[in-house]
Amino acid sequence: MDHVIEITGLRKTYGDLEAVASIDLHVDRGEVFALLGPNGAGKTTATEILEGYRPRTAGEVSVLGHDPSKGERALKQRVGIVLQSTGLDAFLTVRETVDMYGGYYPRSRPTDEVIELVGLREKADERVRKLSGGQQRRLDVAIALAGDPELLFLDEPTTGFDPSARRNAWEMVKNLVSLGKTVWLTTHFMDEAQYLADRVAVIAKGRIVAEGPPDSLAGRDAMRTRIRFRPPSGAPPAPDWGQTPSADGSFSLETDDATRSAHDVTSWALDHGIALDLLEVRQPSLEDVYLQLTGGEEGAE
Amino acid sequence: MSQVLAQIRYTNKAFWRNPASAFFTFLFPLLFLVIFTTLVGNNDVPLGTEVIKSSTYYVFSMAAFGLISACYTNIAIGVVFAREEGVLKRIRGTPMPAGAYLTARVVHAALVGFLLVAITVVFGVIAYHASVPDGAHLGQFILTLLVGAGCFAAIGLAVSGIVPNADAGPPIVNVIIFPLLFLSGVFIAVGNDSPAWVVWVGRIFPVKHLVDAMRDSYLGLPFHWSDLAVLALWAVVGVFIASRTFRWEPSR
Repeated sequence: MDHVIEITGLRKTYGDLEAVASIDLHVDRGEVFALLGPNGAGKTTATEILEGYRPRTAGEVSVLGHDPSKGERALKQRVGIVLQSTGLDAFLTVRETVDMYGGYYPRSRPTDEVIELVGLREKADERVRKLSGGQQRRLDVAIALAGDPELLFLDEPTTGFDPSARRNAWEMVKNLVSLGKTVWLTTHFMDEAQYLADRVAVIAKGRIVAEGPPDSLAGRDAMRTRIRFRPPSGAPPAPDWGQTPSADGSFSLETDDATRSAHDVTSWALDHGIALDLLEVRQPSLEDVYLQLTGGEEGAE
Repeated sequence: MSQVLAQIRYTNKAFWRNPASAFFTFLFPLLFLVIFTTLVGNNDVPLGTEVIKSSTYYVFSMAAFGLISACYTNIAIGVVFAREEGVLKRIRGTPMPAGAYLTARVVHAALVGFLLVAITVVFGVIAYHASVPDGAHLGQFILTLLVGAGCFAAIGLAVSGIVPNADAGPPIVNVIIFPLLFLSGVFIAVGNDSPAWVVWVGRIFPVKHLVDAMRDSYLGLPFHWSDLAVLALWAVVGVFIASRTFRWEPSR
């Protein structure tokens, strides 16, 4: 298998603080890999080591066959980086900015094509300072694409986006994948990882606690379905299917056989002529798995 | 090399598109030239054995002030801002060599400085009938500008490394340069009977050497190559400190 990124035993400490405890990961060519984790879990530290911004304390890291800590031009020419924060010259236009960054690379992509790809064609001759936050973020991506990289790092690319801007950004990333790019994505949005990633890894306190495709991460596909229902007030008590009551008058039960359990609940309601106030059948989402894995905590940054 | 030229073009474009910044960069020395000449009156200023008009005195000292503002102040504050806004970090993630990027910034700053000097000199000629250097003196004047630009740009880079954040930029940058400008006679001529420590500040630090070299070449007085040597030495010191303190990212 062609590994674009290969990480073995990666550690990073700042004094006594262990930002990355020990990580083993690999990313295949053409895949979208998402690193999930709460703030302060080590996502950005790990990503910045791969990007060549930080030296590592221990372990082996290979990006496109290079050691990123050496800062070689040969590697930088093949990689595009979208950082968390933008830093752009406010007085240049979109086109000039993409042109300028494209000029840093030996094989740059045509500027108009890049601008089209991120959906900024109508803003091509607008100055950067006139762009909205979401448009500037798209320009960030355009800059990262200007050198036609094989590998793209996207560090929380949609933080601060409204829902429709986020949808657009996702479509854009899908476009990149169709161009054969490999994408390393960090995010704390589960829907983003679910939609975009071929494979995800969850990092918590500097360690990878789970890794796999989003649909089957940490045995998600084998997890039990949860059914929630709330009979109207005055309804006769339901038979015991193993459900537990909640303060709001609803009941929850977990089941391996969702079809049968849902039938039990609805046929009981129909038999008694009851219309349920609430009925919910839910597969465990990526978020459920994630919260379980990370203990639902947000660490300090 | 072509990367440096391309970068200078973009830097230049962005510079002129910020009219407020460009306008005041150029207005400042001219404003001071008019203010000082008006306040002091266009009197005689004794310079050793020579006596010159104060308007002429302020033409070359404000030209020096302009060069220092463009190279030292603008580089130091500009690099701190670029660092705080993440521009430097972004550049570092690309194949653009750091040296080429910084060279482009320095060359652009120097070009702005030279333009400022030219404008100040032309303004002095038109408004105050100040003299203009010619022949060998003009050559010395231009050489002084080149060495001076390199020296103050290097010090600007060095200072940008010790400024902790963008808010601290302007105060630190100004607190370093303004006392030196005053003690080196840029704004008010330093008399022959100044205290010894003032004389020593002038001898040690580069500002007075720049002003003296610009004055001597501008007025056609005997040129002291030692002035340029001191400027070159400070350029080396500046580059050395900058190479030790330069940071790509804001400190956290």
